[in-house]
Amino acid sequence: MSRPSSMRTPLGRVRYLGSSHSGTTDFWRQRLTAVAMTLLIVPVIVIVLMLIGRNQAGAAQILGSLPIAIILVLFIIASAWHMKIGMQIIIEDYVHNETVKLVSVMANNFFCIAVALASIYAIVKLSSGV
Amino acid sequence: MTARIERPISPHLQTYRVTLTMALSVIHRATGIALYFGTLLLAWWLIAAASGPGAYANVQAFTGSIIGKLIVFGYTWALLHHLVSGIRYFFWDLGYGFKANEREALTWGALIAGISLTVLVWIIAYTVGGGR
Repeated sequence: MSRPSSMRTPLGRVRYLGSSHSGTTDFWRQRLTAVAMTLLIVPVIVIVLMLIGRNQAGAAQILGSLPIAIILVLFIIASAWHMKIGMQIIIEDYVHNETVKLVSVMANNFFCIAVALASIYAIVKLSSGV
Repeated sequence: MTARIERPISPHLQTYRVTLTMALSVIHRATGIALYFGTLLLAWWLIAAASGPGAYANVQAFTGSIIGKLIVFGYTWALLHHLVSGIRYFFWDLGYGFKANEREALTWGALIAGISLTVLVWIIAYTVGGGR
């Protein structure tokens, strides 16, 4: 027997199963979105504080201004992506039934996309003043 | 057809001794889950602002109620705790802070900073707008 020259197990080699080279994609994106939100959190909190005590007309005016709308849209994209990954990790950790797992992961995707698009749509509507 | 491989799964919570870092890891996940569903409130608020005065007044009536205030206060803490607790993970991801005393210090720091920042934000909120 020659010395093993790779980390692949003999069984894995026989089955042609190896690294898909995408194992760290979610890890990286979770950090990427986390750093984005860390940078955006202070302006986002300031925006929310600016809205306290205002009526709809006042809130709409602030939310519709260009820099504020852009900051909020960036924050929504980062948070929706981050929470999609986070919830999927939790599902994969604790849900072991294949069918339930598949349905949960799908529902997670739907929830995150729906929340993000609804929020972004609202901001775009406020910005266009319709 | 290949037979289904029974891969080992991660040990569950009850396997571990409760330590500070372990408890905070659980809290990090719990606040993450809370924030996940809390985005519904955020989306509702934005949609209401885009819909009109009536819809916005409904949101304000909710966030102004006792239960609404508790939820928004809890949401503020969950957000800020998850933030500072997450910054802790940046240190660890970069390979720093793994000594026992450093781990503990980072974790206590996250716990204290999360609570302090929440109180600070609410003090500013009450100073600026007299509460929500």
